[in-house]
Amino acid sequence: MKENDFPAPPIPPCSTGEGLPCAPISWANSGDAWSWRVGTRINNAAGFYSDGNDFAVVAADTSAVHSILVHKSNEDKIMILDSHKLIAASGESGDRVQFTEYIQKNVALYQFRNGIPLTTAAAANFTRGELATALRKNPYFVNILLAGYDKETGPSLYYIDYIATLHKVDKGAFGYGSYFSLAMMDRHYHSGMTVEEAIDLVDKCIMEIRSRLVVAPPNFVIKIVDKDGAREYAWRESVKDAAVASA
Amino acid sequence: NCGSALTKMSRRYDSRTTIFSPEGRLYQVEYAMEAIGNAGSAIGILSKDGVVLVGEKKVTSKLLQTSTSTEKMYKIDDHVACAVAGIMSDANILINTARVQAQRYTYAYQEPMPVEQLVQSLCDTKQGYTQFGGLRPFGVSFLFAGWDKNYGFQLYMSDPSGNYSGWKAAAIGANNQAAQSMLKQDYKDEITREEAVQLALKVLSKTMDSTSLTSEKLELAEVFLTPSGNVKYQVCSSDSLSKLLLKFGVTQPAAETS
Repeated sequence: MKENDFPAPPIPPCSTGEGLPCAPISWANSGDAWSWRVGTRINNAAGFYSDGNDFAVVAADTSAVHSILVHKSNEDKIMILDSHKLIAASGESGDRVQFTEYIQKNVALYQFRNGIPLTTAAAANFTRGELATALRKNPYFVNILLAGYDKETGPSLYYIDYIATLHKVDKGAFGYGSYFSLAMMDRHYHSGMTVEEAIDLVDKCIMEIRSRLVVAPPNFVIKIVDKDGAREYAWRESVKDAAVASA
Repeated sequence: NCGSALTKMSRRYDSRTTIFSPEGRLYQVEYAMEAIGNAGSAIGILSKDGVVLVGEKKVTSKLLQTSTSTEKMYKIDDHVACAVAGIMSDANILINTARVQAQRYTYAYQEPMPVEQLVQSLCDTKQGYTQFGGLRPFGVSFLFAGWDKNYGFQLYMSDPSGNYSGWKAAAIGANNQAAQSMLKQDYKDEITREEAVQLALKVLSKTMDSTSLTSEKLELAEVFLTPSGNVKYQVCSSDSLSKLLLKFGVTQPAAETS
């Protein structure tokens, strides 16, 4: 068997390039240039690569409303569940705080008892189980998007609604704004988005909600979780609390 | 062994499990451990690529339906198994409890229960019978063998007091002290599963009371990973076990046959 002279250098993770060796030159039409990018290596031992970038981002509105009154417009509805998990919740305010704190404390208790954190999947299933148990007696009216990062499996996002539906998803949304956000994400989402591209998509969703929803919340908070942990990314405020006038 | 004076004292404090003796002992728990000291022994050895459990069967009869009944080894979940020494009926209750606890965990988290958590949970149950309820402790010691993604292969030993710890090699039941010291001498950290089987059979053959060692008197089980990465619990068939005994030279032939 004769070996050809095709250059095949090892391609390191997170590298980009144009044309050979990963993409063809001048195909299908002459002058076409194809660019490529390699994802990050998720599992060093098994050589498993992910072509998604390794983060998950969630955003939530920050208005606390009771009937026609806006109590506050900077209510943080995205709780940091543990070092590498975020839980964004919407729904009945009392239930929201009660339930998410309950989940947060149980996740912390597990870690204290067992010396290891729950995986994102385990935490999501536990959360769903609690909603399911309460459903036919005393349901919690809380919708949840649970985002996390696990060392072995990378980032993940779970859609958990108030009647204990659980789905592992790439993109999800709750509320009246979801009609607009899901459409926007269907149009613009692709796997392997960078943080900048993802935040840009979040902003597109926010713009759409602000312009098309009749009683649109003015302010939003965005949080991100990746290998370095869960943290706040940015706020998007179109109405800031006015400074108190001096006497 | 208590002196006669102490024995007299102990009679006052041993009728209930839930009280300490003046010397700070729980006599019922100690008596339970005595019961186990008369039961068939079991040995567990942790190796790089699996955990080996070997047990001595006290009930041997050609009439036993060996394909469906095991005396020493039980599977708790797909990734955890145990060997028992002590009162069989007590063991059955605890094995069922362990199985329920493992499934309850998987029901809540959709993941297999980490081995240490399972052992701890069962030991918490055992501890309850040493502190309240006025019931006697369980007369069973366990060797738990399992695998999980956090700590790989693990071996745990638990006793009627509800104490447990992780071991590289451990023995329970009759002559367990002799077996334990033999294991201490011959165990090496980088032992393979095959070497562990050999060591376990060798130690058991030396500490068992019976004159001849045949596959009818033993049970052998291994917990290991298949090439596809799944945990497997396998009980050795009696034919393979006879072959192994011959191979390792631990069979003592009962009589010369030509």
